[in-house]
Amino acid sequence: MTTTAEPTAGAEVGRARVRKEDARLITGRTRWTDNITLNGLLHIAMVRSPVAHARITGIDVEAARQLPGVVAVYTGADLDAEQSGIPCAWPINTADTPPRHVSIATDTVRFAGEIVAVVVARDAASAKDATEAVEVDYDPLEPVLDMEAALAEGSTLVHSDHGSNTWAFFPFDSVAAGATSGPTADEAIAAAEADPDAVVVTRRWRQQRLIPAFMEPRSVVVDPTTEQLTVWSSTQVPHVLRTMLGLTLGLPEHKLRVIAPDVGGGFGGKLQLTPEEILTVLVARRLARPVKWTETRSESLVSGHHGRDQIQDITVAARKDGSVTALKIELIADMGAYFGLFTPAIPIFGAFIGPAIYKFPSYLFTCTDVFTTKTPTDAYRGAGRPEVTFAVERIMDELAVELGRDPMDLRQQNWITNTEFPFTNAGGLTYDSGNYEAATAKAMELFDYAGLRLEQERRRQSGDPVQLGIGISTYTEMCGLAPSRLLGALGAGAGGWEHAAIRMLPTGKVEVVTGSSAHGQGHETAWSQIAADQLGVPFEDIEVLHGDTQVSPKGMDTYGSRSLPVGGTAVVKCAQRVVEKAKKVAAHLLEASEDDLEFTAGRFVVRGTDKGLAIQEVVFATFLSHNFPEGVEPSLDSEYTFDPENFSFPHGTHLAAMEVDTDTGRVTLRDYVCVDDVGAVVNPLIVDGQVHGGLAQGIAQALFEEAVYDEQGTLVTGTFVDYTIPSAADLPSFTTERTETPATTNPLGVKGVGEAGTIASTPAIVNGVLDAIRHLGVTQVEMPCTPQRVWRAIQDARGHATQETPIDTHSPGAGLGSIDPNNPQGEVQ
Amino acid sequence: MAQVRVTVDGVHYADDVEPRMLLVYYLRERLGKTGTVVGCDTSNCGACTVHLDGRSVKSCSVLTVQADGAEVTTIEGIARDGRLHPMQEAFHACHALQCGYCTPGMIMQAIDLLGDNPDPDEHEIRKGIEGNLCRCTGYQNIVRAVQSAAQAMKPGAHADTHARVPVAGGGN
Repeated sequence: MTTTAEPTAGAEVGRARVRKEDARLITGRTRWTDNITLNGLLHIAMVRSPVAHARITGIDVEAARQLPGVVAVYTGADLDAEQSGIPCAWPINTADTPPRHVSIATDTVRFAGEIVAVVVARDAASAKDATEAVEVDYDPLEPVLDMEAALAEGSTLVHSDHGSNTWAFFPFDSVAAGATSGPTADEAIAAAEADPDAVVVTRRWRQQRLIPAFMEPRSVVVDPTTEQLTVWSSTQVPHVLRTMLGLTLGLPEHKLRVIAPDVGGGFGGKLQLTPEEILTVLVARRLARPVKWTETRSESLVSGHHGRDQIQDITVAARKDGSVTALKIELIADMGAYFGLFTPAIPIFGAFIGPAIYKFPSYLFTCTDVFTTKTPTDAYRGAGRPEVTFAVERIMDELAVELGRDPMDLRQQNWITNTEFPFTNAGGLTYDSGNYEAATAKAMELFDYAGLRLEQERRRQSGDPVQLGIGISTYTEMCGLAPSRLLGALGAGAGGWEHAAIRMLPTGKVEVVTGSSAHGQGHETAWSQIAADQLGVPFEDIEVLHGDTQVSPKGMDTYGSRSLPVGGTAVVKCAQRVVEKAKKVAAHLLEASEDDLEFTAGRFVVRGTDKGLAIQEVVFATFLSHNFPEGVEPSLDSEYTFDPENFSFPHGTHLAAMEVDTDTGRVTLRDYVCVDDVGAVVNPLIVDGQVHGGLAQGIAQALFEEAVYDEQGTLVTGTFVDYTIPSAADLPSFTTERTETPATTNPLGVKGVGEAGTIASTPAIVNGVLDAIRHLGVTQVEMPCTPQRVWRAIQDARGHATQETPIDTHSPGAGLGSIDPNNPQGEVQ
Repeated sequence: MAQVRVTVDGVHYADDVEPRMLLVYYLRERLGKTGTVVGCDTSNCGACTVHLDGRSVKSCSVLTVQADGAEVTTIEGIARDGRLHPMQEAFHACHALQCGYCTPGMIMQAIDLLGDNPDPDEHEIRKGIEGNLCRCTGYQNIVRAVQSAAQAMKPGAHADTHARVPVAGGGN
């Protein structure tokens, strides 16, 4: 355990500072990648496959080449020798070589949206026009769309050279891993099945496919005319991108500069090395001209990686007194057609956190990774943890129903109490701190849990057509990716450290350089607050630099709620190094012993005297170096690379009051209360904002969003008309509160907050929907819980036949707000 | 090519444009008004919202030639005398933006909303900005910002509800 930093007077950490970065964003002085224009800039447009699975039998680009403004047209045959394959940094299955992920198809396309030709023109419109003139002949192959069918013997293969659509089978058995002793989960479940005083509950759920849908479409600009080849990309991971471009294309890393300028959101969707980045680099090098590619929204939805998409088989065993004895999570996870950087590992992130806040004495997690002819999946906000959190928080509700218990009461019976920390869960993770009782008590009071239960009962008694449901989610998650040694032991191709550097400028101003590359999270403000406290300099005197490998050469970037617990800690440690160096200089200048100096509020003071120097004075004296201690380097600038010793574990209690109109299926989120414990808070304004946005995305999974493919493997939710991310009118205001149990594994006591809302809210909403209509006999509604699905579930429970419509088949989740569920397609049930 | 005369953020322009050129691309590529951005290709997201003769429009759904003779105001033209517009201030003070990509369009739409309804309740605000999508904020602080700006912009209200932030580089 490390000690927690002493709070200083007038502390910046904890203040609701409005953000520095807003100044440019609210005035339009922004630096989005697509804003960049260079002399002689050429523009790329991609020709993409309209079919999911086919052999390419011919491509004719001659007509396109003749069009005005067109500079070049390339096919896979032209670029294959240089394109290499997009690497997978965490393959899970180490016995086999991952199928080659080409940036541009050569002979076969494996998802609708895959690039088959690249058009380069003098302006974007001419490039786009010319894509229409590229003739591609496809010999169709059977699409592989259903995960279970893909696993079956004799299925068409997505990658014939792999010999199977199964990529990996990953098991985690708590007994084999030494996380629990006694019976295995399978043994405990078998024993419970034979025991009249025990129950076993098994459910199958679908985690639908989602699309990150960041607001800024991806864009890449490459300038090959500079000494270092410069790549601007709308990416979350400029440092990873630089290293990966070097490794993949064989470019010397020191001849590459990657810049992530203003980046308009990511949510995991820009945690990637993309085909488009590779192709833009290759084209720019070939033509020796600067080149830009900017996607359309439709391109983004079909070709940017997707998230989630799992079939979940969940089993819980418990004694009839409510105490749980086993949890089994069996996942089938859709990889899509190829691997991105982390595709096969995403569902595995959930393996260790599956037991959540509960004391399961046995636990089994398995995941089968399967290929289909769909857009590749990879990280999306939460990445593996929302999926298992949904599984465990939903099954706890199902168990409560089975046992006739209040679902919160059952959770309390089984969770880790606040005196039991540190606690090693059945997934082998050691939770350093937490207080589930405190967060839950606060949430239940704010929510008026007891009062809403009474209202629910009244409505049931009166047969109100609008029924009330209460949804609960008492989640925890693992943040702060990640201890490097642990990542190594799990087979990841990277560490989990983060880097910071501090430059003390002669006039006392400060540059804080971070390897954590923000794209909306407010690092410039929060890092300034942290450094201001540590160095005792004004907030306004600090500039935070990031996102350019020439300025910030070292970093592991932003994802997995890691920036603050890992990158923020690096800033703290780095600042402490600056102070240590300054102390030597101050002692020399004050003719005092270092031991007699105190550093508070930016001043070195000789203890017991009024003799002292401000840090700015020490900085200037160091700049002059005229009067300097013997053998000491005349610089206070410092660096620190922090590698966490453990993950951090935010937790909280989320409660949703859901109203369901039983006549129409319409679902209304009436009230949402969450109390999150994300540890110490650097900036409550930013933390609340992260929770709000996280909630919106988690609620959207429960109620609104789904990436739907038709039977040919075409994405039919390929625009914002069909892929229905929520608008302001779809959401209420949330009540967000906090409890603070500091993390003990970093000096700030912080845990991370970027994903909490998304992870927690999805099961709360679905539990609430079911709680509203379970008394009608409904036991399941698949996500997203659209009016049509809810209405059908109620009709089915009432024994009324409903008729499938084309909308059920093609677009079950999308755009149903305007369809009268009582009269879909004019049919009468 | 078609000739257009248009006033953008107080500056007069006369240009020859392709008849098919959308206003948003004219603003971004011809005039360098890159504060206005493109977020979709189906006019759903509202990131490109500007004012055309004082009313909000999605500039991806307006041809440049349709703006002939009109006055266009973008996010870059709403500050006055080096001071931010109250809506910009409110977005800053209420933390109504994270990545900031939707922000210019959202601010332009919110100003238009208050033009129609100077004192909207939460429901009216949410309906009024329904055509502008944000993926970061969950809209909660955007709603607060619009409420705050509405107070600041009330006739007789002192607009300095929040500490005014000078605009670097000056406004128009």
